Amino acid sequence: MRFLLDDEQREFARSLDSMLTAADTPTAVRAWAAGDTAPGRALWSRLAEAGVFALAVPERHDGLGPLPVELAVAFTELGRHAVPGPVVETVSAAAFLDRLDDAAAAAWLPQIASGKAVVSLCLPAAGSPYALDPDAADAVLVVEGDTVRLAETAGPVQPSADPARRLARPLGGTVLAQGPAVAAAAAHAAEVAALATAAQSLGLGRALLDRTVEYVKQRTQFGVAIGSFQAVKHRLADTLIALEFAQPLLHSAALALAEGADHRSAEVAAAKVTAGEAAYAAARTALQLHGAVGYTEELDLALWIRKARPLRDAWGTPAACRARVLAS
Amino acid sequence: MDLDFTAAEDAFRAEARAWLTAHVPHTPLPSLETEEGFAAHREWEGTLSADRWSVVSWPEEYGGRGASLLRWLIFEEEYFAAGAPGRVSQNGINLLAPTLFEHGTDEQRARVLPSMASGEVIWAQAWSEPESGSDLASLRSTAVRTDGGWLLRGQKTWSSRAAFADRAFGLFRSDPDAAKPHQGLTYLMFPLDADGVTVRPIGRLDGKPAFAELFLDDVFVPDEDVIGAPGQGWRVAMSTAGNERGLTLRSPGRFTAAAERLTGLWRETADPSDTALRDRVADAVVKARAYRLFAYAGVSRIAAGGSIGAESSLNKVFWSELDIALHETALDLLGPLGELSDGAADAPAHGGWAEGHTFSLAGPIYAGTNEIQRDIIAERLLGLPKGRR
Repeated sequence: MRFLLDDEQREFARSLDSMLTAADTPTAVRAWAAGDTAPGRALWSRLAEAGVFALAVPERHDGLGPLPVELAVAFTELGRHAVPGPVVETVSAAAFLDRLDDAAAAAWLPQIASGKAVVSLCLPAAGSPYALDPDAADAVLVVEGDTVRLAETAGPVQPSADPARRLARPLGGTVLAQGPAVAAAAAHAAEVAALATAAQSLGLGRALLDRTVEYVKQRTQFGVAIGSFQAVKHRLADTLIALEFAQPLLHSAALALAEGADHRSAEVAAAKVTAGEAAYAAARTALQLHGAVGYTEELDLALWIRKARPLRDAWGTPAACRARVLAS
Repeated sequence: MDLDFTAAEDAFRAEARAWLTAHVPHTPLPSLETEEGFAAHREWEGTLSADRWSVVSWPEEYGGRGASLLRWLIFEEEYFAAGAPGRVSQNGINLLAPTLFEHGTDEQRARVLPSMASGEVIWAQAWSEPESGSDLASLRSTAVRTDGGWLLRGQKTWSSRAAFADRAFGLFRSDPDAAKPHQGLTYLMFPLDADGVTVRPIGRLDGKPAFAELFLDDVFVPDEDVIGAPGQGWRVAMSTAGNERGLTLRSPGRFTAAAERLTGLWRETADPSDTALRDRVADAVVKARAYRLFAYAGVSRIAAGGSIGAESSLNKVFWSELDIALHETALDLLGPLGELSDGAADAPAHGGWAEGHTFSLAGPIYAGTNEIQRDIIAERLLGLPKGRR
C-alpha cells in the first residue's frame, strides 16, 4: 500500500543520513555562513552522486525523475542535517525548466542532475522577492509575470536570520522565455519548492527533537535528569505528536504531485504549513529545554534552530498555505 | 486524496454509501444519553445489524463481514459523512469485543457477541473507581471466590452508558495479597440488573445521565463470565485500553466529516476579512486530514505485520485536542447562535455544535487523561526516564 514508504525509499533515506553524518555537515554549514562555499559545494557533489538532484530532472535530460516522493524523502534528510545552499531552489528550477521544454532545459537540466550546476530560482509571485544564495549559484532564474530571465548579477547580498542563508534581488540579465507557459511552469515549480521545503522542515524538526531528547536525558538538576520532569516530557511529547502527524501529509502531498492530482495545491499547502509549524515549535522547545547553552552559537544546535523560522515562511507562509487549503 | 484503494475497496465504499443513503434517519434521533434516545439508538443498532453493518470488521459467524481494518476505516468515513446516528453499542464493540477476540473462550464469544452486534444487549464499561482513575491499578473493588464463581463488592464510577445499559465489564481485585497493585486483578462481566447491583445515574456536565456509579454488594458472577485467567486481569485489560485510545474510539471519518461541516459553516457565515478565524478553519481541515492519513498509515503498518502500542497515545492526544478546536471554531463562527444547544428550534444543526462542544471537552479526560498519554509518549516512544507524576 502506498500510505507508507517502501523498503527502497527507506534505504535511500538511511544511506543519505549516514553519508551526511560522515561528511561532517555542520562544518560545511558554518563555512557556508562565513562565505566559504567550497565545503558546501563538495557536499553538493556527494548529494548529486547519491542521485538527489536527478530526482527532479526527467530521464530525457539525464535525470531519474521527476520523483516527488523520493524528493520528499531526500529533502527530509537534507533538513535533518541542515544542508546549506539553494537545494530547494535548484530542484524547483529543474521542475520549472522541465515544464518550459526548450533550449534552456536542454542546457541546464543535465548539469543540475549531475550536480555541476547550482541554480537559484526567484519567484516573487510565490512569496519572496529574494533569491536564496544567488552569489553562490551558477545561474539565477527570475520569473516575473510570464517572463523569465537569466539574471546577470546576484545583486547586493543581504543577511538572513539564518547565517547559512543569504538573500538578494538578482539584477538585469537576458530574457530566456516569455508567455503563458512560463507562468504555468512557475506555478508548478512553486509547488515543488513548497514540498521540498516542507520535507526539509520535517527533517529539521526531527533532528531538533532527537538532540533535545538526548540532552534532557543527560542534563541533571535537583539531582535527577531533567527528562524525568513532567513539564519537560510533555513539551517533547507535543513536539513528537506535531512531527508524526505532519509526516503523512508530506507523503500524501508528494503522491498528489506525482499524480498531477487536481487537489495537489491544497495537499502541498497542508503539508507545508503543518511541517513548518511543527519544526518551528520543535526549535522553540529545543531552545527552551537546552536553556542558556541553547542560546549560544557555539553549540551546533544553533544551525538547526536558526533555520526553522525561515523555512516555515519560505515558499508559502502559513497564512498563504491556510488560504490555499480552503480555496480548494 | 484516495491514495491506493483497489476496485474492490471502492465497491465496498459504494455499497456502504448506498445502504447508508437508504437507511440513515432523515431527522436526528434524540440524544443517546437520554432514556428515549437510548431506545431509539438501540433500534438503530438493530437496523445496522440486520444488514450486517453494525460490526463490519468481525468474523461473519458473529454478525460481521470479516472486513479488513482498511475497509473498517472506509465504512466509518461513509458512516460519518452520511450523518448517521452515534453508536450506543460502542463500549461493547470497541472495548469488550476486542478483548473477547483476544482472551475470551469460544463459548464466551458465541454467547456474548451476536447479541452485542444486534444491539439486544448494550454493554457499559466499569473501569474507574472513586479513588482510581488515571492510577487504575489502585482499584479496590473486590472479587471474592465462592462456589462456582465470584462475589463482587465495592464501587465503580464514571461508568459510561451504565444508566441505561444491560451488562457491564470491568476489573476487580481478586488477590488482595498480590505483590504489586496491578497483579491479582480479574476481568469480569456482570449484569446490571443482578441482585446486589445499584445503579445511580450521574448527571454529566451536559446534564445527561449517561454515566453512573455502580454499587456492588455481593454480586454473584459465574466462572464462565471471567475473561482470561483469574489474576491476569491487568494484562487482559491493557490490550483493551490500547484499542480505546487508538483507532477504534475515534475513527478519522468523524473528524473529516466534522471538518467538512465546519468548512460549510465558514463559507455560509464568515466575514471574509477575518483571517484569524479562517486560519483556524484551515487548521481544523488540515488536522482532520492529517489524522486520516496517519490512521491509514497505521493500518498499513498493521497489514504489513506491525502493531500499534504506545503510538495509540499519539492518536488520543491528537484527536481529543482536534475535537475541541474544531467545535470551538464552529461556536466562534456561530456567535450568539452557538449557545443554542441540543434540539433548540433556532439552532443551526439542531444545536449539534454546542452539544458536540460540551462533549469534546471530555476528550482529554476519558480513556486515560492526556497528561498520562503524554507521559506514555515521552517514556515509551522517546525513551525519557520515569519520574514522579
